[in-house]
Amino acid sequence: MSLKDAEMKYNREDEEDDDGDGRGVEAWERDYADERSWESLQEDESGLLRPIDNKTLYHAQYRRRLRTTTAARIQKGLIRYLYIVIDLSRAAGETDYKPSRMVVVARQVEAFIREFFDQNPLSQVALVTLKDGVANSLTGLGGSPESHIKALMGKLTSSGDASLQNGLDLVQSLLNQIPSYGHREVLILYSALSTCDPGEIMETIQKCKASKIRCSVIGLSAELYICKYLCQETGGSYYVALDEFHLKELIFEHAPPPPAIAEFAVANLIKMGFPQRAAEGVISICSCHKEAKVGGGYTCPRCKARVCELPTECQICGLTLVSSPHLARSYHHLFPITPFDDVTPSATNNPSKLPKICFGCQLSLLNPGNMPAPCVSCPKCEQFFCLDCDIYIHESLHNCPGCESFRHSKSVVA
Amino acid sequence: MTPVSSKLYADDVSLLMVLIDTNPFFWNSAQSTLPFSKFLTHVLAFLNSILLLNQMNQVVVIAAGYNSCGYIFDSSDPQNQNKRAEDLLHKLEEFVDNDQELCREESVDGPGFSLLSGSLSMALCYIQRVFRTVPLHPQPRILCLHGSPDGPGQYVAIMNSIFSAQRSMVPIDSCVLGAQHSAFLQQASYITGGVYLKPQIFDGLFQYLSTVFATDLHSRCFLQLPKPAGVDFRASCFCHKNTIDMGYICSVCLSIFCKHQKKCSTCGSVFGQAQTQNSSTTPDRKMKMPVDG
Repeated sequence: MSLKDAEMKYNREDEEDDDGDGRGVEAWERDYADERSWESLQEDESGLLRPIDNKTLYHAQYRRRLRTTTAARIQKGLIRYLYIVIDLSRAAGETDYKPSRMVVVARQVEAFIREFFDQNPLSQVALVTLKDGVANSLTGLGGSPESHIKALMGKLTSSGDASLQNGLDLVQSLLNQIPSYGHREVLILYSALSTCDPGEIMETIQKCKASKIRCSVIGLSAELYICKYLCQETGGSYYVALDEFHLKELIFEHAPPPPAIAEFAVANLIKMGFPQRAAEGVISICSCHKEAKVGGGYTCPRCKARVCELPTECQICGLTLVSSPHLARSYHHLFPITPFDDVTPSATNNPSKLPKICFGCQLSLLNPGNMPAPCVSCPKCEQFFCLDCDIYIHESLHNCPGCESFRHSKSVVA
Repeated sequence: MTPVSSKLYADDVSLLMVLIDTNPFFWNSAQSTLPFSKFLTHVLAFLNSILLLNQMNQVVVIAAGYNSCGYIFDSSDPQNQNKRAEDLLHKLEEFVDNDQELCREESVDGPGFSLLSGSLSMALCYIQRVFRTVPLHPQPRILCLHGSPDGPGQYVAIMNSIFSAQRSMVPIDSCVLGAQHSAFLQQASYITGGVYLKPQIFDGLFQYLSTVFATDLHSRCFLQLPKPAGVDFRASCFCHKNTIDMGYICSVCLSIFCKHQKKCSTCGSVFGQAQTQNSSTTPDRKMKMPVDG
């Protein structure tokens, strides 16, 4: 009896609360609605609910990604000029992403820019924002991640409408100035559901196509026909993000260099300088910040001007300055390692042939109870690896430890 | 992994991956003034002192042989608790015998090179596993005890390992035991923020190891460790293998040439007219001029 009383009292209190905030959802309900905890459950054959096995799911996702990227030995566009267009219109202030769309986008763009320069050390990025119906160039093309990130974080306010046409016009005029060997790309992060344009956008799209600019769009709300058309015409990709995790995945797909399209960029020889590190303790004025600095820095081999960091373009003579590790950082795109084959425990009938430990990390490949765990093997050196090592080897290391550890197998490859 | 409460891991707990060069051709050659057995006594004493410095420290030894690489010792393995040195030496002997059996070449000119790239890759895989398994993990670092000359064929693989180590913030320390400097390890230590050292007197190897390489990463910021001497980041051209200050890069495959070519010898792309960065923009301007005027 007393329990019922307490319950009724509790309900009354809740109703009063409801009247107060007027959203019609109980506080505890909101908790569930925000977390969407049911999405991390799946039903098995007997109808029981169980948490999704993230590890195998994650691995399957990675395998799909691997298959699409290393399909064949494709030429890659290694020297890229990428404009990132960020929509900061009213729609970017929406709070369906927490805390808001633009904050989430800025966070992912920051991570993306670092990853981009890690994978494409000879490429350049610039930022453009769409706001109040106009497009603004936030930063010019440059190779320093810090300056872009700083500029973006300082400008995070949303207002007005987004104009796709103004953005494309601005980017197209800027990209027309870059050298012919570079790959021209635009990545648009679009929050709005409409575009507010001053003229005929179809003409702008055709102009982008004629300038050989590859335009890709990642939407944050819903699919838009005009974005899809733009991407189809210019050879880019169009995706709409489901949540923050998916958004990150979609953005990061643009980090590895895309396949080169012969007519998009002309093969060319580029003159580059390999500066030597200046002796420690020497005082000189750097040409990039116009400040006197002690020690460190590099000297341009052509005009002997001092620059603070590599890679860059000499401010005085315009020579591209790189160091040999910058070039080496890109070589793994040119010599990708072969994807590993799945080893299914049922396929290998001979139990003695089954691997016991992962060749890379020495982790036991047997589940508790001596059941073989899922693993993969390299088709060249026939060593076995665990799933985590497989991902690490293909995504970060770009070496097969097995192939690198045996001399004779290497001479076959070479 | 021993079930240690992860709370106990402070910033001065180290995971030391030691890569030992076991290339027999190097150790027998005139280049090494230090016999392998003597080298091992120095290293064993060093490994024991690492394990004594902090009871949570972990040491893993990987051998980089002439024909293969292999794990030799792992201090976290419960079987290795009592007779560390004996186990290590026993495993090492097995490894060297195995390595010898794999040898197919009858004779080798000079000391040849050991499989540094393979052992580095294995060490990085192991470190990733440690990162994955415990939320609070010991600070990993890699120490290369290397003597053989650099193998030019391993350049891409070693650079890939270096960049991966840099991304995971794993410093690569190197102690070079050979006669010449190792350009690979110089770059590895410079890029990953490790220490590069080429000892002058091998009789005092233990002293070098214990004073330079025994300190954990946190304590390093209070010490004056050997500064990286000039690292040469100049590239060598693919056509004549000359070291160059300025050169031409193929925009498709990034091959380096010292002179202007008509066609890339690596990827076969045919180049347009000679264009440097400066002149590539000038033709456009010239084109526009008559139109404007």
